[in-house]
Amino acid sequence: MKKFIPAVALLAAAFAGSTAVRAADVEVAHWWTSGGEQAAVSVFANEFDALGGDKWIDGAIAGGEASRSATLQRILGGNPPGAAQFNPGRQYEELIANGQLLDLTDLATKENWAGLIRPQSISEACLVDGHWWCVPVNIHSWNWAWASIPAFKAAGVELPTSFADFLEKAPKLKAAGITPFAIGGESWQISGAFGVVQTSMLGLEKREQILKGKDVALAAAEMPAVFTKWREFKQYTDEGSANRNWNDTTNLVITGKAAMQIMGDWARGEFAVAGQKAGVDYACLALPIEAPTVSTGGDIFLFPKNSDPAVEAAQLKMASMMITPRVQALFNNAKGSMPVRDDVDMSLADDCMKKGLEIIKDEKNIAVDAGRWLSNDTTGQMNDLAAKFWADDSMTVEDAVAQYVDILKNAD
Amino acid sequence: MTEVALAAQAQPRRRRRRGSLQAILATTPMIIAAVGVFVICILFSIFWSMTNSKLFPNFNFIGLTQYQRLWGTDRWIVSVQNVLVFGSISLIVGLVFGYLLAVFMDQRIRQEDLFRSIFLYPFAMSLVVTGLVWQWMYDPNLGIQSAVRSLGWTGFTFAPLIHESTALYGVIVGGVWNGVGVTMAILLAGLRGVDGEIWKAAKVDGIPTWRTYLFIALPMMRGAIATAFVLQLTGVVRVFDIVVAMTGGGPGFSTQVPALYVIQHLTDRVNVGQGMAAATMMLAPVMLLIVLRGLFVMRAESRAKRGAK
Repeated sequence: MKKFIPAVALLAAAFAGSTAVRAADVEVAHWWTSGGEQAAVSVFANEFDALGGDKWIDGAIAGGEASRSATLQRILGGNPPGAAQFNPGRQYEELIANGQLLDLTDLATKENWAGLIRPQSISEACLVDGHWWCVPVNIHSWNWAWASIPAFKAAGVELPTSFADFLEKAPKLKAAGITPFAIGGESWQISGAFGVVQTSMLGLEKREQILKGKDVALAAAEMPAVFTKWREFKQYTDEGSANRNWNDTTNLVITGKAAMQIMGDWARGEFAVAGQKAGVDYACLALPIEAPTVSTGGDIFLFPKNSDPAVEAAQLKMASMMITPRVQALFNNAKGSMPVRDDVDMSLADDCMKKGLEIIKDEKNIAVDAGRWLSNDTTGQMNDLAAKFWADDSMTVEDAVAQYVDILKNAD
Repeated sequence: MTEVALAAQAQPRRRRRRGSLQAILATTPMIIAAVGVFVICILFSIFWSMTNSKLFPNFNFIGLTQYQRLWGTDRWIVSVQNVLVFGSISLIVGLVFGYLLAVFMDQRIRQEDLFRSIFLYPFAMSLVVTGLVWQWMYDPNLGIQSAVRSLGWTGFTFAPLIHESTALYGVIVGGVWNGVGVTMAILLAGLRGVDGEIWKAAKVDGIPTWRTYLFIALPMMRGAIATAFVLQLTGVVRVFDIVVAMTGGGPGFSTQVPALYVIQHLTDRVNVGQGMAAATMMLAPVMLLIVLRGLFVMRAESRAKRGAK
């Protein structure tokens, strides 16, 4: 068998003819390691390998921070991976400015990405100064809450109709031995959920004024209420939340031990892997419940420049593959995210994704991801603050707001 | 006759010269590495800490702004406090327990080899593994607390990592558990190095065993103690992995340490300037120690010279 493979490879090369570029291995750096994420990334890997010739080499590193750090260090060190996952926004702005990325403009023009990808704020993450520097592969919204229907039934209460309503029902859930509010104590989880509460309370317009316009006065006026409300959630969490992974936290909702988690729609993949059905076992509530929105987070793949033409050809092939309607449908169904184009066969989509696709149709419901406006440095400072405020009950709201304003003032 | 004498004189000199040439050859790579890696890199780090470098180091000089931000950041101040608390407690507890274990091993117990392996075993594990194991034990829903509760003591609480005020001590226990075996091994070797005659003399004089251990054996093993101390101290300054594995710096930032701050700013937060400022501050106490030691040695030498005159 071992001898057989090189023989086949030789034959294939002979058929391909001498003009074909030889096959390349493309190492792909990403942080998709949970069950649902694995299922999704396998779609990319299998589809890419099926194109023949080139090979997908999986370079998964657990944790977004760790994976992005490794990629950045490798690019700086001159040994970049073939492709790398990032979140859309400012995480890779310096790579673009320094000319470290493969320009995908020709491919994008040929395939009309600008016309296909919607909403516009998704393509803006990759289309910088008229050039395409990356491929958006999905739309992930942070603005979701995941509720366990059996847990709410067991406590004898209906699903919440607003955050205020949830906080009213939480004591009953707690009395029934259920953790009302599931959250993992990592700073990005806390900060993310805090951001959703902020969106719910301020509305999209004021949120944009604060985070994009860096309106310090508005922040000083509006944020005290947000911090105060946010602290109310804490009494309804469980003891084990410190340093818990997001997917372990989602599992509490899946098993009915906890009632609700605020988490991006990547959580949907976990419910799918556990074999649960939307509307029966769990409910997905687009937030704010009163006026649902979708935030434009998600993932992009960028392709660091490579001197090997075979790798470059494979990179372009991979970029093109990721955005085809078929792959978009398969990948996003497994991932729990929404496709970046409309002409995708969504017959497999479940209720939650259909809900999201309905919301995203109207530009007014789109909450642009804060990562577009804030650098990683600023986001990190806000994460620190959210985590500190959450953990330290002795920190006053005034103090938290003062720090928040300070971070905003110094944001670059 | 004179020629022979000359030759005899010249030979060792030549040999000495060849020897020093070999020494220079052998140490050159080390010198290059030390200068290239340490001195030059440190100078660059200090330089970049005064720039507004983001992902790519640049030469935009902004003075001490990065240091102002650093010392105005709660998280950094907590990190510095933590490393001091972590360091002093784990040094003291590690040395005390290490010595107690060494004394225990010194009682001519049976199966000494087995016990020694057991006590040394934690050190063979990476701090990440150690951290994860302790995290599970501390987890209120999986670990010791739930085990004891399932035995009937339902009011039992033991979950240090979930509270800001206790999390650091939870980490310290894990760190000491990992390192105490090595301290024991070094101190045991030190104990075995104490002359048997001294034990006999102490016994003849009727000195109780515990006093012999504490006041006679202990001062005689200064070298072993210094070795154990330095080994532990290096572990404290670079404490990083056990914190990442156990708490990730949380809850809040109650278990943050300087190394975590540096790495995070150099990598994911893409703020090289800020990371370098923090790294330079980490270097400062080490440099201070080196300078102090240099002064101390110089004074001792000049005093010795004066004494010789």
